[in-house]
Amino acid sequence: MKPRHKRAAIIAGGLVSIALAATLALNALDSNIALYITPSEVAAGKAPQGKAFRIGGMVKDGSMVRNDMTVRFVITDTVKEIPVAYTGILPDLFKEGKGAVVQGKLDQSGLFTASEVLAKHDENYMPPEAKHAIDQAQKGTSK
Amino acid sequence: MKPHPEKSLSENSAPRFSGRLFHYSSPQTFYPLAGKMIPFFWVAAALFGIAGLWIGFFVAPTDAQQGEAYRIIFVHVPASWMSMFIYLVMAAWAGIGLALGTRLSGMMAQALAPTGALMAALSLATGSLWGRPMWGTWWIWDARLTSELILFFLYVGFIALQAAIDDPRRADKAGAILALVGVVNVPIIYFSVIWWNTLHQGSSVSLTRSPSMAQTMLLGMLLMALCFWMYAIAMALMRVRAIILERERHTEWVRAEINLEKSNALE
Repeated sequence: MKPRHKRAAIIAGGLVSIALAATLALNALDSNIALYITPSEVAAGKAPQGKAFRIGGMVKDGSMVRNDMTVRFVITDTVKEIPVAYTGILPDLFKEGKGAVVQGKLDQSGLFTASEVLAKHDENYMPPEAKHAIDQAQKGTSK
Repeated sequence: MKPHPEKSLSENSAPRFSGRLFHYSSPQTFYPLAGKMIPFFWVAAALFGIAGLWIGFFVAPTDAQQGEAYRIIFVHVPASWMSMFIYLVMAAWAGIGLALGTRLSGMMAQALAPTGALMAALSLATGSLWGRPMWGTWWIWDARLTSELILFFLYVGFIALQAAIDDPRRADKAGAILALVGVVNVPIIYFSVIWWNTLHQGSSVSLTRSPSMAQTMLLGMLLMALCFWMYAIAMALMRVRAIILERERHTEWVRAEINLEKSNALE
C-alpha cells in the first residue's frame, strides 16, 4: 500500500466513524431536539410536569375568540385538542387553520396558558389569485 | 529577454487529460488561469443578479399569506444553499490536500472559507429579519437554526485555526481535519426539518418532487442562486490568487509576476 493510499484510507475510515458517532448521538438525542410536542403526545402524558414546554399543531378553524388583549383558541393535531389562552401580540402569520407553536404551562383544568405564540409557516409560496382558486376548488369538492 | 517561466512549462505539458489536470494543479500555472476566469464569473454574477433581483422585486407576485415579506427568500434561500454547498466543496478540497498532499488544494479550501462564512451569516441574518414579523421571534433554538449557527462557527473556527498556525502545510492539515469532521453537520442542517419538529418550514424546492412555489417566484430564486454561485467562484478565485502570491512569494515566478504587474501599472 502506498503511503498516499494509506492516508486516504485513514481519512475515509475517520469520516465513517464520525458519521456513525453522530448518527448514534442524534438518535439518542432525538426527543430532546424536537422543538415541540403534539397534542396527542400531551394526551399520552408526555408533557413535562410543572415546567414550561411547547405544543405544536394547527389552530382549529372557528376556535379563536378575542377578549381585549387575551386570545383564546384551540390547538389540534386533528386527533387531540388543547385549549390555549394567550395575552399579547400575535405574529402576522397566525391564522385559524394554520400551524402554530405555543410555549407555556398546562394547568390542572387542561387549559394551556401560553407565554409565547409562534406561527409556523408551511413551504407553499403562491400569489393571492392562486390561493383564491385553490380555496374555491376545495369548497367545490367538500360540498 | 528572459523566457516567461509559465510559457515554457505549458509547452512541455503532457496532452493527456490527467496530465492537464495535474498541470493546472500547480499554483504557478493555476495563477494565470484563475486570472483569466475571474472577469467571466463577475460578469455572469452581475447579469444573474440583475435578472434575479428584477424578477424578485418587480415581477414575482405577492405571497398570499406573507405579503411582501416573503421576498427575503430571494436572498435567504440562495445564501443558505451556498453556505452548505461551499462547506462541502471546501471540505473536499481540504480532504484532497490531506490525502494527496497537493499544495493548491489547501489554498482552495482556505480561499472558500470566508465566502462560506459570509453566506452562513447572511442566511442567519435574513432569516432572523423574516422570523420576527412572520413567526413572532428573531431567534429560536430549533434544529435548523441551531445547526446553521454551528455551520457558521465551523467556518469561523476553520479560518481562525488556519490563521493561528504559521507553517502553511501544518495549517492546511489542521484545517482539513476540522473541515472534514464538520461535514457531518451539513446533512443535519439539510434534513433537520424532516427528522425533527422544527419551527422552520420544510423545503419548497427539492430534487425528488415538484416545487411548491409559484413559477416566477421559483425563477427569481434560481437566478439569484446562480448569481451567488458565480459570485462565490469569482471571490474564491480572487482570494486563491492572493494566497498563491503570499505563499509562493519566495519563488522566482512570483517575483517575475509582480515585476510584470508593476511595469503594467506604470504604463
